[in-house]
Amino acid sequence: MLSTLFANAGTGEAMVSFPILSALILFPLFGAVLVTLLSNRRPEYVKLAAALISVGTGAMSLWMLAKFQTHDAGFQFISQHEWIRAWGISWHLGVDGISLFLVVLTGILFPLVILGVDPHHDEKRYLAWLLLLEAGVMGSFLSLDLFLFFIFFEIVLVPMYFLIGGWGYDKRIYAATKFFLYTMFGSAFMLVGIIATAALARRDLGYITFDLVKIAEHATFATNTARWLFLSFAIAFAVKVPIFPLHTWLPDAHTQAPTGGSVILAGVLLKMGTYGFLRFGLYLFPAAAVWAKPVLLTLATIGIIYGAIAATMQTDLKRLVAYSSVAHLGFIVLGTFAITSQSLSGGVMQMINHGISTGALFLLVGMIYERRHTRVIAELKGIQAVAPIFAAAFMVVMLSSIGVPGLNGFVGEFLVLIGSFETARWWTVVAATGVILAALYLLWAYQRVFHGEPDEANSSFKELTLREGALLLVFIGLIGFTGVFPKPMLSRIEPSVDKLIQHVEEHSDYKAPVHASSHSTETHTSTEGGE
Amino acid sequence: MLDLIWLVPALPLAGFLLIVLFGRKLGEPFAGILATAMTTTSFIIVACIYFKLLGLPSEERHHVVTLFSWIPVGGLHVDMAWLVDPLSITMALFVTGIGSLIHLYAIGYMHGDAKFPKFFMYLNLFVFSMLMLVLGENLLVTFLGWEGVGTCSYFLISFWHTRDSAATAGKKAFVTNRVGDWGMMTAMFLAFAAVGTLSYDGINHAAESGSLAAVTATGIAMMLFVGACGKSAQLPLYIWLPDAMEGPTPVSALIHAATMVTSGVFLLTRMAPVLHAAYPWSGDVIATVGALTALFAATIAVAQTDIKKVLAYSTVSQLGFMFLAIGSGAYVAAIFHMVTHAFFKALLFMGSGSVIHGMHHEQDMRRMGALRKVMPITAITFIIGWLAIAGVPPFAGFWSKDEILLYAFANNRLLYFVGVLTALLTAYYMTRQVIMVFFGEARWNDHAEEHGAHGDHTPHESPWTMTAPLVVLSALAITGGVMQLPFSSKTHWLEHWLEPVVHHAEANIEGTWASDNKWLLLALAVVIAGAGIAASIAVYAKGKAKPIEPAILADAWRYDASIAALVGGPGRKAFDAVASFDANIVDGAVVGVGTEVRAASGLLRRVQSGLVRSYAAIIGLGAVIMLAWFLLRGVL
Repeated sequence: MLSTLFANAGTGEAMVSFPILSALILFPLFGAVLVTLLSNRRPEYVKLAAALISVGTGAMSLWMLAKFQTHDAGFQFISQHEWIRAWGISWHLGVDGISLFLVVLTGILFPLVILGVDPHHDEKRYLAWLLLLEAGVMGSFLSLDLFLFFIFFEIVLVPMYFLIGGWGYDKRIYAATKFFLYTMFGSAFMLVGIIATAALARRDLGYITFDLVKIAEHATFATNTARWLFLSFAIAFAVKVPIFPLHTWLPDAHTQAPTGGSVILAGVLLKMGTYGFLRFGLYLFPAAAVWAKPVLLTLATIGIIYGAIAATMQTDLKRLVAYSSVAHLGFIVLGTFAITSQSLSGGVMQMINHGISTGALFLLVGMIYERRHTRVIAELKGIQAVAPIFAAAFMVVMLSSIGVPGLNGFVGEFLVLIGSFETARWWTVVAATGVILAALYLLWAYQRVFHGEPDEANSSFKELTLREGALLLVFIGLIGFTGVFPKPMLSRIEPSVDKLIQHVEEHSDYKAPVHASSHSTETHTSTEGGE
Repeated sequence: MLDLIWLVPALPLAGFLLIVLFGRKLGEPFAGILATAMTTTSFIIVACIYFKLLGLPSEERHHVVTLFSWIPVGGLHVDMAWLVDPLSITMALFVTGIGSLIHLYAIGYMHGDAKFPKFFMYLNLFVFSMLMLVLGENLLVTFLGWEGVGTCSYFLISFWHTRDSAATAGKKAFVTNRVGDWGMMTAMFLAFAAVGTLSYDGINHAAESGSLAAVTATGIAMMLFVGACGKSAQLPLYIWLPDAMEGPTPVSALIHAATMVTSGVFLLTRMAPVLHAAYPWSGDVIATVGALTALFAATIAVAQTDIKKVLAYSTVSQLGFMFLAIGSGAYVAAIFHMVTHAFFKALLFMGSGSVIHGMHHEQDMRRMGALRKVMPITAITFIIGWLAIAGVPPFAGFWSKDEILLYAFANNRLLYFVGVLTALLTAYYMTRQVIMVFFGEARWNDHAEEHGAHGDHTPHESPWTMTAPLVVLSALAITGGVMQLPFSSKTHWLEHWLEPVVHHAEANIEGTWASDNKWLLLALAVVIAGAGIAASIAVYAKGKAKPIEPAILADAWRYDASIAALVGGPGRKAFDAVASFDANIVDGAVVGVGTEVRAASGLLRRVQSGLVRSYAAIIGLGAVIMLAWFLLRGVL
């Protein structure tokens, strides 16, 4: 334990005195309070304040990215303060290669949504909820204390519930309630798991703590106990991802949420589940995760195929995109439980890329709805003939979602598959057929919406406005850059991923395959001082 | 000099980006001129590199240029890198060379089209992708190009996207190709798992040194072949290519005849050592599929009436010849035929485009005839293309086709027979086409009135931008055979050039009966071509026999229709079943549980309001108690 503390202190050199991670959570939280307190008589000030807060948070996340030590596999910018001493709960934050880009993506997406998408009514409350949501998401990705993580994980539900219920479409209350109850149901298991984990770890460690790193590195659990504990976490994350067959809240929530809500939901909220599997599944209970591997690989593969087939038959464009998420998230889960350097790095890449591509797709569908007041595919036709630039933007985003190389979606998907092939061969061969289906459901939808002669209702479809174009340009820029030059991301993700694999190897009978592992020594730089 | 290879794909990419940004300002014809200039400059650079390479001793004709590290994770190191060697430069030469001619041609063909700049934007993006495909140093860079050309093909087939048939054809091409892509991806996974790299040098070296197990090599080879079947339109995945004729004709010439569809042949040649290390039956599979596709498509071509459809099926058939060659271990012959085919098929397609252009977008050969009088240049060049594909000496196609048949004979006489039969049919249906279009009676006037046409509907010769490429290509179609003449070892020029790439895998037929009697086989081939032409003249020009064009052949053996029925019928029902399973069973269960809980909580607490908290509390509490019980039972 002492060694861990000293090792942490060692990272202090790279750490700057400014508590950047705490700021990333507290600044939007402060923003939410500020927006609530501002007078509604000058709505433009409210909007300005929210925009400045979110842009500021985004800028801080980018600053953190710039200061991040590329080859450092451990947690950086650590912030640790005792909170509830009696229970061993602390304000413990840290970021590593696995959470780094999720934090940055959160930092980028929120200002884009706040600046680019109008809620149409009650803007003040809408903005306050969004900022609270941002604080919750940031907290979830940064927490290194089980209790703290749980609080943020739960906080997120509240603003999301109100965003869907308050600014959504016709079936919004049903969708919001379903979303809330379903996720709460999963969280209940996790709460029990967290308390039990701390209680059982106490027997081993001799003191009570909810500290993730301490428990993961030093506590040992009996084989069966670890499996039960893993399961309690896994159910919560499986609902959140979502993994088949726990996914049916997602099409409703996505479809009924306002555009901004859908973008955030797909962009970062779902990633709390896949991220959770890495941080609180593989890291906390490596042996149990290895034990559960076959089941999760199977469910992931089913999700990939099943989600794609269900997407193909949807008649609502937004629902189609929602089902495509089930398929895309399946790739992440596949990569996570195949446990190789490529598959895990690919999974983390896919979390980011799915956020960018699907976020952009939801924006585009939202823009279609703004113009035509419908999302029904059969009512749309021939839009490319009247709005070619709009169609071109949709095309680029769609190709990224299909996974065409040179664009971002391919990198993650390919890495997941090539890495998974080594340890989960037949699952991978089946999962790879998902790339055929992805082309099918997206191109078919594209053809019905954009090709053909526009009928009367669609012949006055408006071309992209300047603001919409600028918004999409950010996404398209990220899509192109990440696809061509993913190395800056991969070189930051991989050390932490390799460290996690090493951790799994040390705490279970799992051995990663030879080709998949890195031969360079730099990636094993460890500041956390493992065994 | 060799390091300048990066310029070769960079120029068309620059052209693409410039037209993306300034296309509307450039307009017609400057967007076309810009695109053509980019491709032509690329060609000049490739030509310089080619001569540079020629000056080096053959073992030094291998140069890797790395731009940056693309996807490095763990043991996987994929560079954005190009491989300069005889094979890649041969491919790059004809891609940029023929590509430039087709760009020039398209300036004339696309004249007046509202989306003129966009067409050249796609065309340049295609050339860039195709160059990435052939110049790639590893499977993944090739795959980048592979998917890129597929995407451009989709854009260009659906170019006139307001037409439903064009939109559907584009989608069909993309999705069918993706089936093949699945094969290629799986081949990459296998190669990485076995060898730990995706670079051609690494994988081929492992295959040559024997460290790649035969079973793995077979797996890789077969999966690559699945990919090749998609991209190169072989059975059972060829169905997208005939539909791809919905695209503008320059696209058919460039993508669906000369370049993209030959990618599969290129890929298998690139990986020849792996094919060689595989079980021998894998070669038989490739040769058999190739021969069957060749014959199958040729029978269909006999009964087509659309001028482009004949050429489309002919392309499928000729690609089958190339796979027959690959499967017989005749990699040089495959590349030889690929190049000559690119010459004469691009020529024929552009000739047909010139006809369509001159006939005011008429594609039905039954409404043509006697066009040689009004379109002399098109007619003469088309006739040269016809002689080349029909296998008449000394035109290019004769030499390359016979090289393939020679190796096929040495490898498997049954497949040789299938090849000869296909050659006979090829001569027959191509002669039929030439007669229907350029000879006989002029039938275009009868129909012009039917359409309620007014004004002058006499076909006209095309502008120089269109005829000049025809003339250049017809010169190549005449002389292309000099690359590889069977007279002596010295005239086997292409074989010596490609030797560093394929020497390890190339079949050796020295001393076989076929090799000793190659003059006899050559003579037989001339007789076969003559017989096909004579039969066709007898039927279509002299009317001595009735044409045999049964509906089943016109309908492509009903193969495409059956697949469409399968996908549209049972396939769609199955998909619908999954979607309704999701809505009713999976979601139904959740909603059911929710309703029960709601009812129970209503009874217990008589709470009518929809407060989420109360439901959540009850569910949460229940779960907590349940799990706590399990856990404590284990612990205490």
